Amino acid sequence: MTSTRPEATIQTRQYDVQIRVTPRPGILDPEGETIGRALGALGYEGASNVRAGRLITLRLEAPDAEAARTAATEMCERLIANPIIEDYSVQVEESPGEDSGVGGAR
Amino acid sequence: MRFAIVRFPGSNCDADCERAVVEGIGHEATYVWHKATELGAVDAVLLPGGFSYGDHLRAGAIARFSPIMPAVIEFARAGGPVVGICNGFQVLCEAHLLPGALIRNRGLRFRHVEVTVRVERTDTVLTAACAPAQRLRLPIAHGEGQFVADDDTLAALEADDRVVFRYVDARGEATDAANPNGSLHNIAGICNEAGNVVGLMPHPERAIAPLLGSEDGLVLFRSLELAVDGAMTGSSA
Repeated sequence: MTSTRPEATIQTRQYDVQIRVTPRPGILDPEGETIGRALGALGYEGASNVRAGRLITLRLEAPDAEAARTAATEMCERLIANPIIEDYSVQVEESPGEDSGVGGAR
Repeated sequence: MRFAIVRFPGSNCDADCERAVVEGIGHEATYVWHKATELGAVDAVLLPGGFSYGDHLRAGAIARFSPIMPAVIEFARAGGPVVGICNGFQVLCEAHLLPGALIRNRGLRFRHVEVTVRVERTDTVLTAACAPAQRLRLPIAHGEGQFVADDDTLAALEADDRVVFRYVDARGEATDAANPNGSLHNIAGICNEAGNVVGLMPHPERAIAPLLGSEDGLVLFRSLELAVDGAMTGSSA
């Protein structure tokens, strides 16, 4: 993911990445518990196991979807998730954007 | 002796730490900005409380990658005393200098109260001047202070006596009622294997004079003094 780009040999595309971070099973989730209690108070008695996490979206320039996924996974391991308390999942889709071929990938 | 107090954007207990060092135990303190890459000639490092980087993502998660952190990690690995207070504790966990993590308090509330903690070990850099099982009245002020770890890590912490402080009631019992944030095993502070890196949620720097409601924090700063003196006189290397 460096900025040095070899002379138009590597074409890159834009990918939309969604990263879901959720509390690991067994780790207390005070926020999820509170939401669950509030749902119960509203009469939604069938709602249980409420867990609250976060969704992070970003756009990523990469040669292909696999490279985008690898980079996003590394981001999760290093910063976006804390593997001690959180699980994460990564979803990668090619951007439908106006002109996705920043590196001339048409 | 000289203390480094690392300042991150959002640190807000840095001045309290400075006063505790200078007025509390009569030593020197220098502030080190998080963008620095060297600590300078210091004998101990304090990571103060606050809300580094707005506590965004997770408390301490972004501060952990500050340019100063490699120097802090190196200092710790070399055996130097490193103490993380509140947000500083969160940074130490995120940096993997200490195990486990600190998550939202049970009940989701920001807790700012005075608590009693029991000193579980007196051979760490932060507790060397304490009496065994000494009880300290210290304030807490945090929203993310619930200490969690997986079962294996928790068992190892207990087996290795790496729990340094536990929340207790007036009788010294680690009851659920005395636990302000839901921390596993009432853990308020832990240390690394060597005992030179200690993290705790309570604020000893806010308890250094009767006017502040307690001066029980002073003994912890005196412990650092003792640890450094001991290291200086104990080794000729």
